[in-house]
Amino acid sequence: MSTEVEVTLRVDGTPHRLTVDVRTTLLDALRERLGNTSAKKGCDHGQCGACTVLLNGRRVNSCLALAVAHDGAEIVTAAGLALDGELHPMQRAFIRHDAFQCGYCTPGQIVSAVAMLAEAEAGWPSAVTMGEPAGVGSGGGDGPTVGTVTDDEVRERMSGNLCRCAAYANIVPAIQEVARR
Amino acid sequence: MRTFRYERSSSVSGAVALLAEAPHGAFLGGGTNLVDLMKLGVAQPDLLVDVRRLVSDRVEELPGGGVRIGAGTPNSECAAHPLVRQRYPMVSQALLSGASGQLRNLATTAGNLLQRTRCPYFQDITTACNKREPGTGCSAIEGHHRDLAILGTSPECVATHPSDLAVALAALDATVRTHGPGGERVISMTELHRLPGPEPQRDTVLQHGELITAIDLPPAPFATRSHFRKVRDRASYAFALVAVAAAIDLADGVVRDVRIALGGVAHKPWRAYRAEELLRGGPADEERFRQAAEAELADARPMPGNAFKVPLARNTLVATLLDLAGGPR
Amino acid sequence: MTTPVPAIGQPLDRFDGAEKVRGLAPYAFEHPVEHPVYLFAVQSTIAVGRITAIDCSQASARPGVLAVLTHQNAPRLSTDNGELRTLQSDEVTFRGQIVGGVIAETSEIARDAAGLVRMDYEERPHNVDLRGEVPGHRERLKVPDEVLPIFPMDTSEGDVDAALASAAVRVDSRYSTPWYTHNALEPHTTIACWTGDGFTLRLSTQGVTGIQAAVAGAFRLDPSRVRVISPHVGGAFGSKVYPRADVVLAAMAARLVPGRPVKFALTRQQTFSQTGYRPPTFQRVRLGAGSDGRLVAIEHNAIEQTSKIRQFAEHSTRATPSMYAAPNRRTQQWVAELDVPTPTIMRAPGEASGMFALESAMDELAIACDLDPIELRIRNEPQVHPHFQLPFSSRNLVACLQEGARRFGWEPRDPTPRARRDGGWLIGTGVAAATYPVLRLPGSKATIRVGPDGRYLVLIAAVDIGTGTRTALTQVAADALQVDIEQVDLRLGDSTYPPAAEEGASAGITSWGAAIHEAADQLRQRLTTEHGGTVPADGLEVTADTPDNPYLKQYAMHSFGAQFAEVRVNERTGEIRVPRQLGVFACGRIVNPKTARSQLLGGMTWGLSMALHEQSVLDLRFGHVVNHDLAQYHISSNADVGAIEVHWIEEDDPYVNPMRTKGVGEIGIVGAAAAIANAVYHATGVRIRDLPITLDKLLPGDRPGSEVGG
Repeated sequence: MSTEVEVTLRVDGTPHRLTVDVRTTLLDALRERLGNTSAKKGCDHGQCGACTVLLNGRRVNSCLALAVAHDGAEIVTAAGLALDGELHPMQRAFIRHDAFQCGYCTPGQIVSAVAMLAEAEAGWPSAVTMGEPAGVGSGGGDGPTVGTVTDDEVRERMSGNLCRCAAYANIVPAIQEVARR
Repeated sequence: MRTFRYERSSSVSGAVALLAEAPHGAFLGGGTNLVDLMKLGVAQPDLLVDVRRLVSDRVEELPGGGVRIGAGTPNSECAAHPLVRQRYPMVSQALLSGASGQLRNLATTAGNLLQRTRCPYFQDITTACNKREPGTGCSAIEGHHRDLAILGTSPECVATHPSDLAVALAALDATVRTHGPGGERVISMTELHRLPGPEPQRDTVLQHGELITAIDLPPAPFATRSHFRKVRDRASYAFALVAVAAAIDLADGVVRDVRIALGGVAHKPWRAYRAEELLRGGPADEERFRQAAEAELADARPMPGNAFKVPLARNTLVATLLDLAGGPR
Repeated sequence: MTTPVPAIGQPLDRFDGAEKVRGLAPYAFEHPVEHPVYLFAVQSTIAVGRITAIDCSQASARPGVLAVLTHQNAPRLSTDNGELRTLQSDEVTFRGQIVGGVIAETSEIARDAAGLVRMDYEERPHNVDLRGEVPGHRERLKVPDEVLPIFPMDTSEGDVDAALASAAVRVDSRYSTPWYTHNALEPHTTIACWTGDGFTLRLSTQGVTGIQAAVAGAFRLDPSRVRVISPHVGGAFGSKVYPRADVVLAAMAARLVPGRPVKFALTRQQTFSQTGYRPPTFQRVRLGAGSDGRLVAIEHNAIEQTSKIRQFAEHSTRATPSMYAAPNRRTQQWVAELDVPTPTIMRAPGEASGMFALESAMDELAIACDLDPIELRIRNEPQVHPHFQLPFSSRNLVACLQEGARRFGWEPRDPTPRARRDGGWLIGTGVAAATYPVLRLPGSKATIRVGPDGRYLVLIAAVDIGTGTRTALTQVAADALQVDIEQVDLRLGDSTYPPAAEEGASAGITSWGAAIHEAADQLRQRLTTEHGGTVPADGLEVTADTPDNPYLKQYAMHSFGAQFAEVRVNERTGEIRVPRQLGVFACGRIVNPKTARSQLLGGMTWGLSMALHEQSVLDLRFGHVVNHDLAQYHISSNADVGAIEVHWIEEDDPYVNPMRTKGVGEIGIVGAAAAIANAVYHATGVRIRDLPITLDKLLPGDRPGSEVGG
């Protein structure tokens, strides 16, 4: 039984043809086969968000996606958000707000934040938008779904990215700075 | 992770046929739970049939006011769809209270319903578990069972079903359309998942190789007044300790009709028929809500580590009904 | 020559920021290597016993498997450290112990094959139950060895029992804290390569010098044959200080495949048994006071656990003798040796657990005395260090409490529980004090080299685990050299640089910074005296040790702080939210206000996580942590964290070190959980003495119709 398959992945704008074990996740394909270590392995089970990448434009946990199932996919990592070495506004905001310490969850946070703002912009609701009563701020409520996002919205929408250094209180204003542009 | 054969098919019937010949094979959707379990050695399929691009990934309106959700619809798109948000807000709320933005983008609607319990012993192949390996015993009953079931348990298993979506769908009398080796059929959401009984290894009534193709939500005009309330140990990104999905139809302070299901309390979404029965035709007040909640939970058989779920479920149900009764519209 | 703008005090962006936000800063496992092999660990499935048979045939038969390591074929090591005696015998001393390893061409193959290694055991009974050791088993408990020489493990002054017996007001409460797991987002990883006569180890560690010594010793190599590199570390919090079995296993594997780099990453699940943890504690605090709140007696006892292979004790009662004036004081500590993995350092080791108990008890005393808890603490402020009877080099606890009260809006506060409500949520506020000693770890040197181009190169084998060391030490160096920071390059994270103490105990700036400061002083002096102020053509290099601090015997040196929290508790469900935390700290001079604030913020959020979420659940029957992943072991998520304010008191302490800094990494967590527990009491009237404060503890289960705390 053959356990190796050929797949094509377009990563940060560059196409790659590679042979992988059917068991290889997108995350391991990036890190161990393509030498792109921007996305990180924190838990390998979709429980921390450090591996977040854009998969065909949407944020996903790359540790739970098998490479073989995503042949032909377009993947963007945090490295790819910085075109030609120019940092993405979200990356600059993270630096300015010191929204990270060890930096290990950071590429995932940044990819997630960029995609999250696009989701909010597209009118996608969150648990807070839909009336979740248990936020830490005003107590939640019916926030607007298009345009600005409240701090509680950002917190809820970013909860899939754990930060053990606990830079959350800097991450939220960093994202808000970009959101309010 | 054991190695496996990976296949796609150009048709649903082709995919079903592929799996029919592989007793240890599995369908692959978003993979968010299956790949997770394969890494842990809990799931060891020798064939994965990728159905992600095979079944519909769209939400459509049905004649008569219902809505059909394609089985491949990502959780995030389903939650954001205007038809779902407007007609069945608690379905959106249930989806959005589950997992994370990233996982919701990857996970499919059918996959959400078919995810396995997060009982810690089920997920750890070094401990006994009747669900994972029938006959080995249940490590949870005398172990760590804080998150586990209080209703409908068996001496063999006290697992809970982890899906929030399933709870909202069970409350709404949704139906599941499947395509299996024996053809197509329609299963009520309240019948899809089973209680563990002596066979906890079976989560659902689906046969091997039976593929969910769509979920149908029946017209439910009063479901616009519905709410999904999830209580958990973190403010977000955590499984339910207790969840309540409820929709209520009120007229002049009297409950004309009501739908309730509880999550986090049983091996399946727990449709609260007894509470619904008690509430119908009665006053929409706290006393009646409490009586209904207590009646529903009268058969609860908690363990020492999860006894709190009984008052928690009662209080959460009462609070949710009060919110709905007093809320706008 | 113009005097450059002082770098210390500048809120500089961290220097590695641009790399980190793109994911380009390389962590240990990410170093590009040619033809790597992958290692996966095999763990014991019993807690205590002996391996009686091993069957590797299935694993070895898997295509791509290169070798299977077990105690039967592992190299024999030379070490007294039980933590490092990996695969040295057939004995199993805790569940999850590494009993083998599979080396294969890919990570997928290695992991699959590891699952095929069959071990038979002869199992013996185990004891992992610390709670069972608390009542009446004192003969089995030991007084642990001292952790830091200057702090005696147990202290006793006056007659505590007599003072308590005659005190007008008494508090006698028992507290517990659970087993905490660090869960740095980067799991422990290593790339090990046997180079023919030694090792190159790239790993995530808090101390390259310590790892170098340990590995060299165990493999009987000269330390110069072991190079340890740790360029970036994805969080550590104490879990990456001491070398453990994972490093040994990777090195052993490297010996088996010479020339091929061995990549080894623990899974998240494995970190729960392999990387140490904060030991659970059972504590008792007895306070006696006059009706005016003035303490006459303080007693604080703690029982915790260690393993049977190596003793590690957190000094949970360490802070108590430094806090409040009371003529009669006693602290006592015991440790139970159980069949568990060895605990280790975790952020604010000792203070985090111990100050939860003491500062909760102080809140209980305030209520018993009908005094504001801030006023109670002010009334018990000591003139000199209560135990050492030395003056404090600086002590600004009262200033922190008062500044915090003003900023938080503490007054007016009705101390009555359940007095404030908002839409079904009970609201409460709480306060607690914080402290952490100023520590200096031995064994650091720094080299500074100046070239004729006027650029300064600073070399020290320190590491930056995310604290901002790289940035802050460069600021220290620039000011000590009296040059512009742009002229300074600092390199760290490599054992080929001068040795450095491990990153820990908030001692980085004090230990490494003082060595850099000393080297800079000497360099400037030699430039002036020997070279007329001009850099010679071939440059000049100076290496210096951390100098002794003559004031250590004259002053007690501590940081202090005040923690405030506002909590909301849902009346029906018991759900707890913390919309607001505020901390005011007095920790000396702040090198970099931006990164220091982040350290304190992180610490306070750790306190929130400790108060509400964290707990490693042990299954006594099997002896392992059951909730061993990030879905089940909850750390605070973004949605759990509300508004957090961090402030500090200007403090200029000339005695602590040449930089006048006190360290900021630990104190942020100290007292934070107590402030939240005290606020929960204020909100609900329910005193939670056993962490974490989960909703079930606020939900009365046996009274139908009742609500939270009612």
